[in-house]
Amino acid sequence: MQLTKTLLAGTALALLAGGASAMDLTFVSWGGAYQNSQLKAYVEPYVKEHPDVSVTWDESSAEAVAKLRAMNEAGNITWDLVDVVAADAIRLCDEGLAMEYDPDELLAPAPDGTPASEDFGDMIVSDCFIPQIVYSTAVGYRTDMVPEGEDPPSSICDLFDLQKYPGKRALEKRPINNMEWALYCDGVAKDDIYDVLATDEGQERALKKLDTIKSDVVWWNAGADTPQLLADGEVFMGSTYNGRLYSVIEDQHQPVGMLWDMQVFDLDGWIIPAGLPEDRLKAVEDFLKFGTDTQRLADQAKYISYGPARKSSAPLVPENMKQHMPTDPENAKNTLLYNYEFWADYRDDIDAKFQAWLAK
Amino acid sequence: MAVTIAKPTSATFAAGCAAGFGAFFGLFIGTASGSGPLGVIAGAVLMFVLSFLAVQTMRGQEKTAKWAFLVLFTVAGALFSGIPGAVLGLLFGYFFGHVTFWLASGRYRTALPPYLTPGQVLWHYAFRTIVGAILVFLITPILVVIPLSFNAENFFTFTPAMLHFDPAGYSLKHYRDFFTSSDWQGALWNSVRIAPVATILAVGFGTLAAIGLSQPHVPFRQWIMAILISPMIVPLIISAAGMYFFYSRIGLQGTYWGVVLAHAALGIPFVIITVTATLVGFDRSLVRAAANMGANPVTTFFKVQMPLILPGVISGALFAFITSFDEVVVVLFVGSAGQKTLPWQMFTGLREQISPTILAVATILVAISILLLTTVELLRRRSEKLRGMSPS
Repeated sequence: MQLTKTLLAGTALALLAGGASAMDLTFVSWGGAYQNSQLKAYVEPYVKEHPDVSVTWDESSAEAVAKLRAMNEAGNITWDLVDVVAADAIRLCDEGLAMEYDPDELLAPAPDGTPASEDFGDMIVSDCFIPQIVYSTAVGYRTDMVPEGEDPPSSICDLFDLQKYPGKRALEKRPINNMEWALYCDGVAKDDIYDVLATDEGQERALKKLDTIKSDVVWWNAGADTPQLLADGEVFMGSTYNGRLYSVIEDQHQPVGMLWDMQVFDLDGWIIPAGLPEDRLKAVEDFLKFGTDTQRLADQAKYISYGPARKSSAPLVPENMKQHMPTDPENAKNTLLYNYEFWADYRDDIDAKFQAWLAK
Repeated sequence: MAVTIAKPTSATFAAGCAAGFGAFFGLFIGTASGSGPLGVIAGAVLMFVLSFLAVQTMRGQEKTAKWAFLVLFTVAGALFSGIPGAVLGLLFGYFFGHVTFWLASGRYRTALPPYLTPGQVLWHYAFRTIVGAILVFLITPILVVIPLSFNAENFFTFTPAMLHFDPAGYSLKHYRDFFTSSDWQGALWNSVRIAPVATILAVGFGTLAAIGLSQPHVPFRQWIMAILISPMIVPLIISAAGMYFFYSRIGLQGTYWGVVLAHAALGIPFVIITVTATLVGFDRSLVRAAANMGANPVTTFFKVQMPLILPGVISGALFAFITSFDEVVVVLFVGSAGQKTLPWQMFTGLREQISPTILAVATILVAISILLLTTVELLRRRSEKLRGMSPS
């Protein structure tokens, strides 16, 4: 009798525990090939090992900051793990919407025992930011539209050279990257760009340089725009994320070439929304330990041409992808790193000037 | 039925009008191949000369002249840009051959009363041209989507292979993608689960509200009506944000029923408006007559009132259904990733990866809409005929 009771209670407890651990997590990402690489490299292997966990995707990273603010205000956090660019992670961290974490506790060390905080190094640009990849904003051009007798463009300043390379250009509808490129091509030394851009005259100077091509620019908002414009032959050259250009060239076999000069590196990674309930937080932490380890980050590079954020992952990147990585020495001869501090301070001001200039 | 006798006109008149059309089409061809103004001038000159010559030399042999136009344009088009040029040329040749002799023979006046001034005749045709242009303007974006959805490439582009009617340029792969991708199928399933339930709720509440509000003794009728209709007038984004915060507090945000209720609220105004409109023509003495014969109000409603206002209820239901099926703003707020509907999936797909799968879905949705509207219209006509409401 006693035994039966104990057994029954035990079964009930086990059932209860089993029921409680079945977990549906909502991950937020960018959709498209990038989200697919995350699915293939981290999520599918994880779910295979943990059949009680299921993942629903929400392609809302583009408006993650606004949505997390609203969720916080409504006291109803429905996301469990959010993929954002580093600049957004910094903002969310400052506003207390993302959770601060301890890298050495949450993330797995490298296979050789190097703690995560060292393995990721400078990539951890904010106390809330769990880096995944290094991507870059680079320029692609139609190889079949290069004027006869000219070499294909090889310098970022060819973007501003309408004489040599006539045709439309696609540029992002925001000042970041465009202003830096404009100043650089107006003769400012690379190290001085942000000093110059911090002044009113410097901003005027950048806009003046952009003025020289303004009538030939098609402005884009989403990363998918430039590949479409290039495929249409609507533009001769245009900036976008290097992974998008990789897919246009390698998967869609469009006559497009890469111009890596002055590519601007940026980081993308996870943040954990602040205020998750205990059980969901546990599940997310367990996933993160697995999903950001050395092998998983290297695996992601099989599916998309973005560089893993861990130093220890670099040697594991498949050989055939290395040449497409923005971090490949051949591609990274002349680069710029997204300046988070500068843009955090000047974004609003320069944005306003840029928008006013656009409307002129 | 000729109202006016056709009088042959001068070759200059016919050629001048043809030149106008030439300039119009020249604008498009010129813009497509580099210079709009040049296209206008070239089109006008070319058409003037051709029409003038045709009318002067071949006024008697209209049939031969029309064939000449057809062959000339088709060959010119083919020389210019292969098969697509030939098809375009064929259409142009037919059009210009027809127009030139229609003008030259004066047949354009036959359907109009003889006392109209030239200005009135001009306006008569200009009006029709403008109306046609508006129709083309509205419908072209929908029509363009259809061939593009059979694109073999992963872009929203008419490839050269497509323009040359090369079978290799077309493929069903985007349709295959739609039917095999779990994202799209999940979204379709969510839409199919949400829209009908939202429609039933909207029709139920909307019809009852409309009947109640049509009773003359209800106090504050105008005010209640205004509040019920407000989801249609208030900008959607405001309703959506309001619902988001309200539903979050009561635990409905991110649930199936939350989305259904939100969509029902958006659909109710359509039902109220259409049902109220049919109720205007409803004779209330029928209700009294039914009551007189011993029917209780529920029986009266289902046996007498409902059949008579059914057309209004059905068109309201149709609007409510389409509102829910097409809605993207509210579901982005009120739903969570688990309630991703088709429009949501299309919205993110369009922003993050411009994939022609969206066009395939759009084509399927257009086909479904046409089918649905046709069916409902046929049913409505049939029921009207059965009840002897329309004379035919």
